[in-house]
Amino acid sequence: MKKPNMAVEIAGIRMKNPVTVASGTFGYGPEYSDFVDLGALGAITVKGIRMKPWQGNTPPRMVEVPGGLVNAIGLQGPGVAGFVEEYMPFLRKFDTPVIVNIWGRGLEEYGEVAAAFDGVEGVSGLELNISCPNVKEGGIAFGTDPAMAAKVIALARSKTRLPLIPKLSPNVSNVAQFAKVAEDEGADAISLINTLPAMVIDTETRRPVLSNVVGGLSGPGIKPVAIKQVWEAAKAVSIPVIGMGGITCALDAVEFMLAGATAVAVGTANFTQPTASMDVISGLEQYLVEHGIDDVRELIGAVVIE
Amino acid sequence: MKVEDANVLEHCDFGGGYNLLVFDVPSVASQVVPGQFVHLLVPRLDGSVLRRPFSIFKADDTSLSVLYKQVGRGTRAMASITKGELVNIIGPLGNGFPEADSSCFPVLVAGGYGVAPLYLLASRTPAKGILFVGGRSAIDILCVDMFETLGWKVRITTEDGSLGEKGLVTEALDSWLESGGSEQNPELFACGPDGLLKAVGDRAICTDCRGWLSLDKHMGCGVGACLACVQKILQADGNVVWKRVCKDGPIFEAREIVWDTEGAA
Repeated sequence: MKKPNMAVEIAGIRMKNPVTVASGTFGYGPEYSDFVDLGALGAITVKGIRMKPWQGNTPPRMVEVPGGLVNAIGLQGPGVAGFVEEYMPFLRKFDTPVIVNIWGRGLEEYGEVAAAFDGVEGVSGLELNISCPNVKEGGIAFGTDPAMAAKVIALARSKTRLPLIPKLSPNVSNVAQFAKVAEDEGADAISLINTLPAMVIDTETRRPVLSNVVGGLSGPGIKPVAIKQVWEAAKAVSIPVIGMGGITCALDAVEFMLAGATAVAVGTANFTQPTASMDVISGLEQYLVEHGIDDVRELIGAVVIE
Repeated sequence: MKVEDANVLEHCDFGGGYNLLVFDVPSVASQVVPGQFVHLLVPRLDGSVLRRPFSIFKADDTSLSVLYKQVGRGTRAMASITKGELVNIIGPLGNGFPEADSSCFPVLVAGGYGVAPLYLLASRTPAKGILFVGGRSAIDILCVDMFETLGWKVRITTEDGSLGEKGLVTEALDSWLESGGSEQNPELFACGPDGLLKAVGDRAICTDCRGWLSLDKHMGCGVGACLACVQKILQADGNVVWKRVCKDGPIFEAREIVWDTEGAA
């Protein structure tokens, strides 16, 4: 049997396979380059960037829980100029689209960051982070109010010609509504889910384990939540969906695609096994061969509900 | 950095409540610099998504070993690892200690299990220096004979006085520095809890010598991506920033570390 087609397209971004990495779990690329052939990824999605360098939260920033971890890193990063100068020359070396996750501490900054990346060589798309639970301004505040979400997406849209991919929060009662808002405001695709707001308390000290008090839950434990949200969002819109949340293996990726995702992102699993994204890609191709499927796109939204 | 399935050559009781794990993993072992660590994917740790980092205790061209004590869920699960089993490891990780300055007298300061990376450093340092090792009680004092076999002097302190001098390891270091040690152009290397590291760092600054401190933080990815294990560091440009203990460290020079923001727990 000939090799199945693995290529997909998200908002004009041509991916050689449907597998990218989730923002914040893969650094800016070089961190994993000893383990992963960056040229073999469908896309590289880098950690969240705002205009200026940002220090993030005081440690402890991460705690393991059964089935995952809770983090409150707080979007530490080098800022637009620092990122472009330090990491883009490296990322341009690979024949792989680069999706930059962007955020701001207020509405205006989202617009500024979107504008700042417009025309930067080697940047293929912007993932608009309106769902991070770990920053006091920006992030989830924009992603849990439909009117605010509409405003920030519309502003970013007006500032960039790059494909715009709002990343949605699972912390809403009706994710389809937010998916629709994104589509209506000119988003080219959506990605979901971000982490679930969470908290861990030390029973000896009676204090929260994370210095930020609360954080975001990720890992295999959240996958069924993510599948449901991707399924609901994908049904509501005609723009493509990048699905993520607890993917550890190829069959998890298949599940997201059946739920309606056109592409998927490997996140926390990168910490467990640095080769996880490569394993998902090879396993996905093997799944297609074993099931006699000649195009990965046949999986998209192919869940059977009777 | 490599990720490898490493064959377990030996897993045995090391004494003092510690276990020794030896891996046959030439591609990693042959690259090790003292002070670096490996990130272990602990087998049969169901529901766990994070690896566990361990300082490298010994390394040669083909094998490396780590010491661990059963203190939590991860290390308890490690106790079930058997000889001949394959364990997935990433390594060598971190910056490691700089080579000891041959014009200085090497002084190692260890709190308990902190002797592990310092032993590898001592075994690869041509000069014979002195080790200050401290712990709560006699059972916490490891590897003394191994350092002595290398030709190093060892001074032991225990808080309860059950072995060596009674008191803190930094008190023994102070008495040595005051009784002529500081005239020997010392270079300090330390591994242990933050309180010990801060104290040794203070001595390095007061004595006007270099102090290389190995930090121990809860880690996520271990390769510099997740930014969980950060420490406030004073940069050469005067800015204070969060640096990654797993990637930019775990070894920092005493003058770089800004302790106050996190407290020296």
